[in-house]
Amino acid sequence: MPHATSAATTHVPDLDQLARIASQIRRDIVRQVHAVQSGHPGGSLGCADLFTALYFHFMRHQPTPWDMDGRGQDLFFLSNGHISPVFYSTLARAGYFPVKELATFRRIDSRLQGHPTTHEGLPGVRMASGSLGQGMSVAIGAAMAKRMNGDHGLVISLHGDGELQEGQIWEAALFAAAKKVDNLISIVDLNGRQIDGDVDDVLPLGDLKAKWVAFGWDVQETNGNDMAELVRTLQEAKSRTGKGKPVMILMRTEMGQGVDFMMHSHEWHGIAPNDEQLSKALAQLPETLGDY
Amino acid sequence: MSAYPVLDQKDTRSGFGAGLHELGQKNPDVVALCADLTGSLKMDAFKKAFPDRFIQVGIAEANMMGIAAGLTIGGKIPYTGTFANFSTGRVYDQVRQSIAYAGKNVKICASHAGLTLGEDGATHQILEDIGLMRMLPGMTVIVPADYNQTKQATIAIADHDGPVYLRFGRPKWPVFIPADMPFEIGKAQRLIEGTDVSLLACGHLVWRALQAAEELAQAGVKAEVINVHTIKPLDAEAVLNSVAKTGCAVTCEEHNRHGGLGDAVAQVLTAHRPTPQEFVAVNDSFGESGTPDQLLRKYGLDTPDIVAAAHRAMKRK
Repeated sequence: MPHATSAATTHVPDLDQLARIASQIRRDIVRQVHAVQSGHPGGSLGCADLFTALYFHFMRHQPTPWDMDGRGQDLFFLSNGHISPVFYSTLARAGYFPVKELATFRRIDSRLQGHPTTHEGLPGVRMASGSLGQGMSVAIGAAMAKRMNGDHGLVISLHGDGELQEGQIWEAALFAAAKKVDNLISIVDLNGRQIDGDVDDVLPLGDLKAKWVAFGWDVQETNGNDMAELVRTLQEAKSRTGKGKPVMILMRTEMGQGVDFMMHSHEWHGIAPNDEQLSKALAQLPETLGDY
Repeated sequence: MSAYPVLDQKDTRSGFGAGLHELGQKNPDVVALCADLTGSLKMDAFKKAFPDRFIQVGIAEANMMGIAAGLTIGGKIPYTGTFANFSTGRVYDQVRQSIAYAGKNVKICASHAGLTLGEDGATHQILEDIGLMRMLPGMTVIVPADYNQTKQATIAIADHDGPVYLRFGRPKWPVFIPADMPFEIGKAQRLIEGTDVSLLACGHLVWRALQAAEELAQAGVKAEVINVHTIKPLDAEAVLNSVAKTGCAVTCEEHNRHGGLGDAVAQVLTAHRPTPQEFVAVNDSFGESGTPDQLLRKYGLDTPDIVAAAHRAMKRK
C-alpha cells in the first residue's frame, strides 16, 4: 500500500504507480455507485487522477491520527460534494479509514453519506458540502486561519464548472484576491457538463481564464486526465503560492474518464450502472490494489 | 418604586461591541468578521485594537459565513457581524450546511432585529429569524434583554463550543439588568416573582413585560416576569415551575408569532403541563417604517398589549 504521509512535493513521482492507484479508485467509484444504484459516477471518474495526484503525491497530510485542524498539513476541501465516491475511495486508499467501509456508501447508518459531511465523524472530511458554491469561502477561512497560526500548510479546494454559476463563488473570488489569500490553490473541474446538459447550453461561463485573471488570481491551466501534466501543474501552482495572489488551476477533464460509454456526455452525471454496465466498466479498469 | 430601575439608555448592539472588545483582550482566538456594517454593529473598538483579527468581507454575507466556518478549522472562534436579516434569511443555506450541519464553532451576531429597527422598514425588520435559527439542529439561540446582558452574552458564547445565534437590536433601550447579575446560557432569569400569571419575555420586550407587571400590580395582579434570554435550549424547568404556580402564561417577543419564543414555550407546555397561553408577537405580517415606539404600539407589542394578554390568559385558567 502506498504511504500515508506524502512528504515533500519535490520528489519525483512514480507515474506508473499513480496510474495504478487511479485505476483502483475508478473501480471503487463504479462499484460504490452500482451497489446502491445511486450516486454520481461521471464527475468522480473525471477527477480520479486529480485525487490520486493530490493524496498520493502532492499534499502533505496525515491520515492517522487524524484531526480536524490539520496543523502543519495541507488541507483539501471538496466543494462539489456530489463527487463523493472519488473522495471516499481516495481517503480510504490513503489510509484515513478502512477500505471495506466503501461498501457502506449511501447506506443507512453509514459515515459515507451521499454528500460528504463532518456530521458522522469520517476522518479526512473537514466540511459538509453538496449544496454548491460554498467550499471556496470555507477554504479561504481555513487558509486565513493557517496564516494567523503561522502554519505554512496549503489549502486546496475543488469546484465543478457548473458550480461557478453560484454567486457565492464570485464573492469568494473577489475576496481571496483582494485580501491576498496566497496560501490557497483552487481547482475548477472543467468537464463542460452539468445535470441538465452541457455547461455551454445551460449557462455558458464565457472566458473563464480571463475572468479569473481579471479577479486577480494567478491562473494555471492543465489537462486533469494526464497524470504527468497534472503533477507538473500542481508543482507549478505550489511555486506560485506565497506571492500575494490566490492560485487557480483550470483543469480540463472528461466526465466519465476511463469508462468509454460514460464519456462524452452529461448522461452519467448522476446515474448508476446496471449489472451489465458494471461488468463492462470494470473490464476497462484494472484491479491494482484489490477490490474492497 | 420599580424593582429594576433604569440605569441608563443604551442600544444592545453597543453591548455587543463592548463585549467583543473585552473578549478580544482575553481570548486571542476570537476573530471578528463584518459585512460592511462595522459602525452599525459597533465593532470599531475591536477593529482598532485587533486589526489582525478583524476581517472586512464587504457586502457578501454568504462568503462571510463560509469564511467563518473555515476559520474554525485551525481553532479560531469567529464572530460574524451584520444585520439579523442578512445573518439568517439571506444566508440560510450557508448557515445550515457550512455551520450548523458541519458543527462549526461560529458565533452569528445579528443586530437590527425586529420592528425596533424602525424607519428602514420591513425589508430590514426580520421577524422570522428566531424561528429560522431555532429549527437548525445544534444551534443555540440567545436574545438578551438589554445592553448589559448583550455584553455578558457576547463574552459567554466564546466558551460555548458550537454554533450560536445572538440576536440584538438598534434602538437605545432601558438598561435595567445589573451588570453583576449572573448570566448563564440556557438558564432563564426570574426577574419578578408572582402567582397569577407568567410573563415570559425575551429581548426588548423584557422591559415591556416589567412595565406590564407594574401595571398589573396596580390592579392587584401578581405577575411573574421571566427573562427567557435563551430560546434554544429553552429552560423548560423554569417555564414549568412558573406556570405550576400561576396556571397561565403570556409570551412576549419582537418576532412573528410563528416560530419564536411563543412556539418554543407552547411545545413545552403542551407536552408537560397544558396551560392557557397568550402570544404577544407580530401577527404573521411584515413590519413597516416608523419609530420603535410607534411600531410596537401598532403591531400589538406594547405594554398595554401585554397587560391585556395577561387578563385574557388569567380568564382561561
